[in-house]
Amino acid sequence: MSFQEVSQFAQTYGLVYLVVLFLIVVAYALWPKNKDKFDKAAHIPLEEDK
Amino acid sequence: MNLLWIAFSIIGAVLGLLLSAKAQDQVMMIHGMIFAAASVFAAYALISRHYRAAPTPVEGPGGIVYNTEIVRYGVVASTFWGVVGFLVGVVIAFQLAFPVLNLDLPWTSFGRLRPLHTSAVIFAFGGNILLTTSFHVVQRTSRARLAGDLSPWFVFWGYQLFIVLAATGYVLGATQGKEYAEPEWYVDLWLTVVWVVYLLVFLGTLWKRQEKHIYVANWFYLAFIVTIAMLHIVNNLSMPVSVFGIKSYSLFSGVQDALTQWWYGHNAVGFFLTAGFLAIMYYFVPKRAERPVYSYRLSIIHFWALIFLYIWAGPHHLHYTALPDWSQTLGMTFSIMLWMPSWGGMINGLMTLSGAWDKLRTDPVIRFLVTSVAFYGMSTFEGPLMSVKAVNALSHYTDWTIGHVHSGALGWVAYVSFGALYFLVPVVWNRKSLYSDKLVSLHFWVSTIGILLYITAMWVSGILQGLMWRAYDSFGFLEYSFSETVEAMHPFYVIRALGGVLFLIGSLIMAYNLWRTARGDVRSTEVGALNLNPEFAAGR
Repeated sequence: MSFQEVSQFAQTYGLVYLVVLFLIVVAYALWPKNKDKFDKAAHIPLEEDK
Repeated sequence: MNLLWIAFSIIGAVLGLLLSAKAQDQVMMIHGMIFAAASVFAAYALISRHYRAAPTPVEGPGGIVYNTEIVRYGVVASTFWGVVGFLVGVVIAFQLAFPVLNLDLPWTSFGRLRPLHTSAVIFAFGGNILLTTSFHVVQRTSRARLAGDLSPWFVFWGYQLFIVLAATGYVLGATQGKEYAEPEWYVDLWLTVVWVVYLLVFLGTLWKRQEKHIYVANWFYLAFIVTIAMLHIVNNLSMPVSVFGIKSYSLFSGVQDALTQWWYGHNAVGFFLTAGFLAIMYYFVPKRAERPVYSYRLSIIHFWALIFLYIWAGPHHLHYTALPDWSQTLGMTFSIMLWMPSWGGMINGLMTLSGAWDKLRTDPVIRFLVTSVAFYGMSTFEGPLMSVKAVNALSHYTDWTIGHVHSGALGWVAYVSFGALYFLVPVVWNRKSLYSDKLVSLHFWVSTIGILLYITAMWVSGILQGLMWRAYDSFGFLEYSFSETVEAMHPFYVIRALGGVLFLIGSLIMAYNLWRTARGDVRSTEVGALNLNPEFAAGR
């Protein structure tokens, strides 16, 4: 593969891959069903002795 | 396992002696000796440990026997290296103002002491803080004892050995000339070994965690450990001239070398001084404020945004150089985008205090933590601004950069570290409170005035310098000679050095306060008025 081909690949599929990955992260973070889980997780440092 | 470690130390001693005996230069001879001596000490410590009765396990919160001893050692090491690093900084600040202080000796010249300062504050102080807090946080938030028996100690002492090798190398003139990556090839290899064990200890602790969810601080620590490993290995790829000499040549040359260096350099800022210290923020701010983090969802989003964006920002260190234009623009664009995740982190840290802002008045440790997050917001605003090419044309190579770095390093990194240290000492020494809250407050004000003197002096000096460099007279000639610009900066150099002195004094106040706290003393005039260590108050 030449440099041209590699950079072409990175600039198209690489970009799409990273953006989609990030959108999945955002969806995961904002998914209403996950709210309880995250609220509980936020309390982990405060409940070390329980 | 113990036998294996003893075997390793004996091999290390032989290896060190061999390197020293066959050394082609003075530095390798000395470093071989240091390595051999360290290995002998390690062997002695391991053997004597074998014959010593095992200490009775002390249960921590939740009935888990945590490894607090290593955190105590880490606190001492961090404080020590902090004071050393700040002291060397003060020395070189005065050297810039009064060049006679270079003493005309090679070992004390600015060129050698400057990397000594940067490495001492970033890697010795910052690195020890990160090791220490990560060992504490990962144990507590996983509700599991630190993985490994001797490996965490290998990480701790191995890292101290790395610091000693790096520092002595600088003073003796050994450097590969890469900023923040000055140690030569064999020191880099040693750090790689230490770092891999560090990663394994951290992962091992996460592996045996009793808490289902991995708390966000651990994600930041993990990102920091993994990325630093990658950066360190790639940037230090080099070919030594001889196994018995210090000199090596980088695998990259020219602009590729420059880009690799600043890909490393900027991500050292991004993953060492940001991700690692955000981990500290995500544990210690909620702990001290006794409130959960403002938005856990925001922490996830800004974590991933930070990871995705930071790695691209390096080229902004190479504006208007031989680096291709598109690559400079890419670096600039990603730096500007970094504004968002950075401020996401800042908002999350600050808003954790919502409903508890009164603590700012009563608890000087919270004051350190909150100020650090405010400085984080400020310097991550300034950074993207300076990465814009038009601004960079003025700011680059001037003291503005130094001012920017120090508003981040002193205001953010050091302050969040001080907050963490003040929190940790009563916890790991099991004391009711600090020795004195008033001294914390004094430390805060002395060092804050120090920082303000420092950064304002550097802003003025930097912009002055940049404007003088680009001033033309009516004939199109440069208006000022270089030495005239140097002369103009002198008063600001003096102010900066004084700021540094204040910051150093503050750190000495802290060292005294932490030492008295560890001893179990309480300042007689403050009995009953001190903020209590919540763990102690809960009845342990």
